[in-house]
This record gives sequence, structure tokens and C-alpha cells, in this order.
Amino acid sequence: MPLNFTLFLILAVIAIASALGMLFSKNAVYSALFLILNFAVAAFFYLILDAPFIALTQITVYAGAIMVLFLFVIMLLGAEQTGRMTAARWVRPTAITLAALLVVETIYIMFTQKGTIASLSSIPPDFGAPEVVGQFLFNQYLLPFEVTSILLLAAMIGAIVLTKRKS
Amino acid sequence: MIPVSYYIGLSAILFTIGALGVLIRRNAIIIFMSVELMLNAANLAFVAFARAFGMMEGQIFVFFVMAVAAAEVAVGLALIVTIFHTKQSIDVDQMHSLKG
Repeated sequence: MPLNFTLFLILAVIAIASALGMLFSKNAVYSALFLILNFAVAAFFYLILDAPFIALTQITVYAGAIMVLFLFVIMLLGAEQTGRMTAARWVRPTAITLAALLVVETIYIMFTQKGTIASLSSIPPDFGAPEVVGQFLFNQYLLPFEVTSILLLAAMIGAIVLTKRKS
Repeated sequence: MIPVSYYIGLSAILFTIGALGVLIRRNAIIIFMSVELMLNAANLAFVAFARAFGMMEGQIFVFFVMAVAAAEVAVGLALIVTIFHTKQSIDVDQMHSLKG
């Protein structure tokens, strides 16, 4: 799918702005809503990158199930006001310096190691389609797929056991 | 076409914002959301590389990352609810009962 640079730039700016909004919101509900916006933009990117199945899974699992769970817990606890940012005074400047260092480092590596990243190659027309994903999941990756179901069952039981009130 | 390195750059920036959130916020729920943001940034890199190399394995891996993230959120939020019932607070600086 061809895409002009302007659209990519707009989506990237929305993604970064919503991530920063999540980080600096005083209200936890606003943080969660900003994160949902971020996940929706990520789903757009997945569509652009020829991954329609992953894009829709992103919407249903992340923006749907996971973030609804977050909002539910925030409202259940009544913990909307997130309070102070950091305990010690030196934490914040140090963290921001280290984060800036990490970004600079990554961008330096990205633009000096150009040869190691392949250019976008031609792909079959059904790349990323649900049928192809299903064939991979139920043939080559059947064991990890089944292990995932056990993991989800364990998480479900764990959540019930943890939140059960001792009477 | 957008070069794949742009997607990797965006993924790196989102990951860094998530890491920054874990470092500077003290609210357990916000820290948890920052972890989700980092997972999502890694997923974006996976999908970008899957597209660049024309291989489906990257997308399959993203699927598994999402499943693990869902399990992690269920258990983590249950822990946060339990901690809130015990301490009446989800400030991570208050959770020092195990500290020697």
C-alpha cells in the first residue's frame, strides 16, 4: 500500500503526542484514554505495514479488552488523582537525561547502520491475511499457541485467587 | 514508500517515553500503562521488520506478545487491587514492607 510521507508524519506526531499525554496527565482516566488513542494509531501503522489481522487484534485486544480492564480498575479504586510525580528530587532530571541519551543512541545507530536494514521488499498479495496467520499458528506454531491458552487460564485463575476476599 | 528505519525510530521514541514513565511516575497504574506502551513499541518494530523482510514470523510473534500482555494485565491489575485494599494507596513508594 503506497503511503505518502505526510500521512506517516501526522500519525507519528499523534502517536508521540498521545504517549506524552499519557505520561504527563494528572488524571489516570485521561492517561488511559490517551493510551487508547496511541493503540489506535498503532493499529493504523499495522494496516499500513500489511498486517490487517494484527491491526484488528490490536483494536479488540489492546484498545478493547486491556484498556477497558484498566479503566475498570481505575474507577473501581477511585484512584483518578495520581498525585505527585517522583519521590526524590534527582530522579526526574536523571530519568529525562537517560531517556534523551537512549533516543539519541538509537537514532545514531539507525542512521549509521543503514546497510543492515533491508528495504521494503515485494510481498505476496495475501501477506498478513487471517488465513495465512491461521496457517502459521496451527501448523508451525501449534505448541506455542496451546501453551498460550494454558498461560491465559493460569492468569485467569491467578486473578480470581488474588482478588478473592478472605472471609 | 516509507523506509523501515522510520518505523524503528518511532518505535524507539515510544519505547523511551514508556521507560521514562516507569522511572518518573509513582502511581502503579500509570507505571503499568507505561509498560504496555513499551510492549506496543516493540510490537511496532516487529511488524515493521516483518514487512521489510517479507516474513510472517514477526506478525505471529506480535500475536503471542499480545496474549502474554493480556495475561500480564489481568494478574497485575489483580495485584494492584489487592495492594490497594491492604494499603489504601497504589503509590509504589509506599510498598516497602518487604524491604530489609
